[in-house]
Amino acid sequence: MMRAHPIPVRRFAATGSLVMLWAWPVILVLAYVLPFAGVTLWSVTRPEFGFENYVRIFTGADFQAIFLRTFWVCLLSTAITIPIAYLLAYYWVMGGARRSRLIEICIFIPFWISVLVRAFGWVVILRNNGLASDVTNALGFGELSTGRNVWSVITGMVHFMVPFAVLPMASVMRKIDRRVLLAALGLGCRPLGVFWRIYLPMSLPGVCSALAMTFIFSLGFFVTPMILGGGRVVMTAESVFVQMFQTANWGLGAALGVVLLVVVFAILWLSQRVMRIEQLMSR
Amino acid sequence: MPAHISIRKACKAFGSFEALKNVSLDIEKGEFLTFLGPSGSGKSTLLNAIAGFEPLSSGAILRNGEDISATPADKRNFGMVFQGYALFPHLTVAENIAFSLRVRKVARAEVEQRVSRMVDLVGLRGHEHKRPSALSGGQQQRVALARALVFEPELLLLDEPLSALDKNLREQLQDELVAIHRKTGTTFLFVTHDQMEAMAMSDRIAIFDHGRIVQLDRPSVLYDEPNSRFVAEFLGTMNTLPVSRQRAVAGEFHAHVGEFGVRAVFPDAEQLAGAPAVLAIRPEKLTLCRDRPKTDHNLLPMTIDGIIFQGGTTIVKGSAPEGTGLTVTTARDALGMPPARGEQLWVHWGHLDGRVLAG
Repeated sequence: MMRAHPIPVRRFAATGSLVMLWAWPVILVLAYVLPFAGVTLWSVTRPEFGFENYVRIFTGADFQAIFLRTFWVCLLSTAITIPIAYLLAYYWVMGGARRSRLIEICIFIPFWISVLVRAFGWVVILRNNGLASDVTNALGFGELSTGRNVWSVITGMVHFMVPFAVLPMASVMRKIDRRVLLAALGLGCRPLGVFWRIYLPMSLPGVCSALAMTFIFSLGFFVTPMILGGGRVVMTAESVFVQMFQTANWGLGAALGVVLLVVVFAILWLSQRVMRIEQLMSR
Repeated sequence: MPAHISIRKACKAFGSFEALKNVSLDIEKGEFLTFLGPSGSGKSTLLNAIAGFEPLSSGAILRNGEDISATPADKRNFGMVFQGYALFPHLTVAENIAFSLRVRKVARAEVEQRVSRMVDLVGLRGHEHKRPSALSGGQQQRVALARALVFEPELLLLDEPLSALDKNLREQLQDELVAIHRKTGTTFLFVTHDQMEAMAMSDRIAIFDHGRIVQLDRPSVLYDEPNSRFVAEFLGTMNTLPVSRQRAVAGEFHAHVGEFGVRAVFPDAEQLAGAPAVLAIRPEKLTLCRDRPKTDHNLLPMTIDGIIFQGGTTIVKGSAPEGTGLTVTTARDALGMPPARGEQLWVHWGHLDGRVLAG
């Protein structure tokens, strides 16, 4: 076999794509891996060498309470987000042109508004004597005490995450062949049965990835719980912030960060495994 | 007795596009009827209306004389095989086939028995526990067929089920479909744009064009006695010669192709009234000869443009004096020595072989 003689242009192109190929890993190492290695080092050296910080996190009742609270808040907000996002994704994909356009706008507009603005928006609505209270008062249900509690935090988190959860579910739903649904109808299955027996199982991979994404996202929530919880609903990310910038306990803050990251990776690994099984099932 | 399925004045419009224009049709119990037509001719629209997936704009669909136009698809009890099969990807072959029985709450033992019988009928023994994606196209097609037949529907609708398969497999499945039709006795309604497929399988063919059924008959009748130029040219190959100076002489049709006189038996004298007409002759009805035959009509000189060897038969392409293209199918050694390109030969035909159609 004759081999084409390499010409300089191709070499430049090759160099170019090599740079592109390596740029992202290099950025990743410089911006994430190195700093995180530093943080990990802090967690075992400050204030002195040893695993004192980790022992403190896993045995201290205050930190256990924070982790437990984080877990429950994340679980609840994920559990509320997923059904809402599923319905939106369903009507976005399956609905008529006008309905799906409206949903599309509702999904994409929040992406353009800062988390901070949205959190303060909810403060205005949910604070004691706020808009929500005015409405419940007018309807005769009395005062709504949602200022700075766990439910305001969950409301804000759900509002933030719904659009993110819609996207992976919608992309899976889009791939469902409508003829498969017609086939089920033609075989004598009622429309509700078609949903339960065909549509839901076929859209499940999207639900799984939305679940993992939403839960991982919510673990790292910082602005929303801080503003809507007002210091009463301290979650992990906020507690890292407190250790770092208020009590200046850098080693403890670093150790908290490491624990959080390990938890996130564990969930990612778990969801990957579930997804792989899911894929095997549908093969 | 009312027909098994009757379509009465079916119309369907998508916006300003009329997909079906006043179509009426009777389907007999147990027959293999094919809707044949180019894409966009309305054949799939009518199939979907019969299945209950698309409501008609107006008109009615009757089953044994009873109007089912308003019955939803899941209550019609018709089986359907889709283009691209539309199998349930998350269910196994056996679960796919069992689906219609499960939703009908048939007892488990009976489900297993009927699924097993279907698996044998379509030749899928050993594949019951695979998912559709692990099967070949032909096997998926068989699953789709079994799934649509297992609940013993009175009508099976097939929407271009073979179009995704390669030629050999398609011909094999055609035979299998015909055999299954014979075994089950179910009414088959088959949609295709492939005329060879339609002719090979059907008891009757309905030819669709622009939202209308232009002719409905047995394949041989459609082939021999097309009622329009569209049907003549759509089904098989047809030579169409523009004629002039047409007149009726003692029940026979006399006209000219250029300077040459032609005669045909003409069934419908009304079409003679000066309207442009063509004489349609099948390629296998034309006879080629080197010497001018001793006849003064149904005879044309033909200049050979090309010869296509097809094994037992040869297709000879050429042109008549007016430039009209001619195609002749002959036995391979009909002329002794094969014709050469540019050679001038004669073609002639019997006066029963030509058919006059409106141009």
